[in-house]
Amino acid sequence: MQKIDKKYKYLNISKSVLIHILMYSLAILTIMPFIWMILTSVKDMSEIFVYPPQWLPNEIKFQNYIDAFNAAPFGTFYMNSLIVALSVTLGQLITCSMAAYAFARLEFKGRDIIFYIFLGTMMIPANVTMIPTYIVLSTFGLIDSLYSLIIPGLASAFGTFLLRQFFMTIPKELEEAAYIDGASKWQVLLRVIIPLSKPALATLAIFTFMGVFNDFIWALICINSEELKTVQLGLATFRDKYLTQWDLLMAGSVTATLPILIIFFVAQKYFIQGITLSGLKE
Amino acid sequence: MAIYKKNKDGLAAAGFLTPTLIIFGTFILFPVFFSFYLSFQEWNAFSWEGSFVGLDNYTRMIQTKEFWDVLKNTLIYTIGTVPLNMIVSLMIAYGLNQKLKGKKFLRTLFFAPVVVSPVAAALIWRWLYDPNFGLINYSLGFAGIDPINWLNDPSAAMFALIGMGVWKTFGTNMVLFAAGLNAIPDSYYEAATIDGAGAWSKFWNITIPLLSPTTFFIMVMSMIGSFQVFDIVYVLTSGGPLGSTKVLVFYIYEYAFKFTGEMGYASAVSYTLFALLFILTMVQVKYMKNKALA
Repeated sequence: MQKIDKKYKYLNISKSVLIHILMYSLAILTIMPFIWMILTSVKDMSEIFVYPPQWLPNEIKFQNYIDAFNAAPFGTFYMNSLIVALSVTLGQLITCSMAAYAFARLEFKGRDIIFYIFLGTMMIPANVTMIPTYIVLSTFGLIDSLYSLIIPGLASAFGTFLLRQFFMTIPKELEEAAYIDGASKWQVLLRVIIPLSKPALATLAIFTFMGVFNDFIWALICINSEELKTVQLGLATFRDKYLTQWDLLMAGSVTATLPILIIFFVAQKYFIQGITLSGLKE
Repeated sequence: MAIYKKNKDGLAAAGFLTPTLIIFGTFILFPVFFSFYLSFQEWNAFSWEGSFVGLDNYTRMIQTKEFWDVLKNTLIYTIGTVPLNMIVSLMIAYGLNQKLKGKKFLRTLFFAPVVVSPVAAALIWRWLYDPNFGLINYSLGFAGIDPINWLNDPSAAMFALIGMGVWKTFGTNMVLFAAGLNAIPDSYYEAATIDGAGAWSKFWNITIPLLSPTTFFIMVMSMIGSFQVFDIVYVLTSGGPLGSTKVLVFYIYEYAFKFTGEMGYASAVSYTLFALLFILTMVQVKYMKNKALA
């Protein structure tokens, strides 16, 4: 009997080792493109165009980053992306909290119908509304301005839904106490609900920021001026100019991916929550 | 009185909802209807004028060979990515569900491709796919496979796109599968172990059946996502070579915004895409309802 137990234990250990090796190899394979990107971004061209590939650079060449920033105004692109992403994120936090509060707590005619229409719009693909949205924006003369990237994103069905679900879990007694003290609905939202909803708001903020920062097609359609390009659009046009200058292209790619990767590593729990909650964001 | 009471917060609600309703009305609801209207118009982006043409845009679409090619490419991309994506993400979610050191860290690594910008990711993959100096051909060389001109050979480019597409999106499904796996009670596995079931039998007889609602949801959502692929196509292949990777959204983009500004025709194509996605969504909704009733 003891012998069999030992055998099982031995089997279990070898199985566990096998799973560890397998999973860690797959993980390394998954992030290999990033490792290769970073390594390439600090190599000299003479080390890039060699076969078989050379893994490590002979010396780390940060000059590539300086050259990339000289070849295209990445600083400006960055500013534009930050302005757009931060405005949309802040805007959504405000509009979604307000709407979510109305749907979660207020009693008014047609509330459920409006809410279901809202949910339904989550299923409308952005590509269907793209052309009319462009026409609307251009009617207001907003094409080729950062407003064209900000304004359409200032509300979100996903965000409203996410916050509403969270608000509904907050005990009503807390609000009632505030009402007795004479607080208005706005004050209750600001002083009671919002402070209790930080995790949900963080999830929404991070998710929105990532989505807007990474957005490409909308910027491609709306922006023409070089000085208004976002990082993604700038990087795509950079590709057209420096087709195989992999040192500069990879330096540019690192610049465009690093902030999001860092935010992700620090706050990954919110990303995962966002995915699990929505389950549908592409 | 009852109605009055039910609407007691009407005024306040109007205040809270106004900003959202304005944005939604202008940029979602109006466009949905206007897009439908546009699809029956000849609308030129440069002259900014439309004229009613009935079903002309739709008949033109059906008679255009390129439309069918593009639809075919979109389907090939979807059929190529979705099953592969699901197998990979389920395997990894299952692996992460085992006793494992550094589980969270591993999950972070697997999820990383999802969060980075598609533009930068596609640039990296262009470099990986380089026919002469790319890591992928180099690795395949060990298996004795001759270098493939991934992005310039019309018969290879779609495979290149699918490979990258799976890498970029499997993390999302991995997280969803992990949530589904977590929801399966341990007692089921314990009971099966007592009955002498092996790991493989437990996987097929417990995990797969109990996971099926999650699996179905993931499948439909992945299909909806794949149907709309654009960013990585734009940067990785620009729809080429010889249109072999040109997909529906790319086609819409070209007609509406790149070349001719034929917004009416492009709207007809995008409404067709909408109809296809709507069918998928309804299948999903119906399935969920049946599940809820059962």
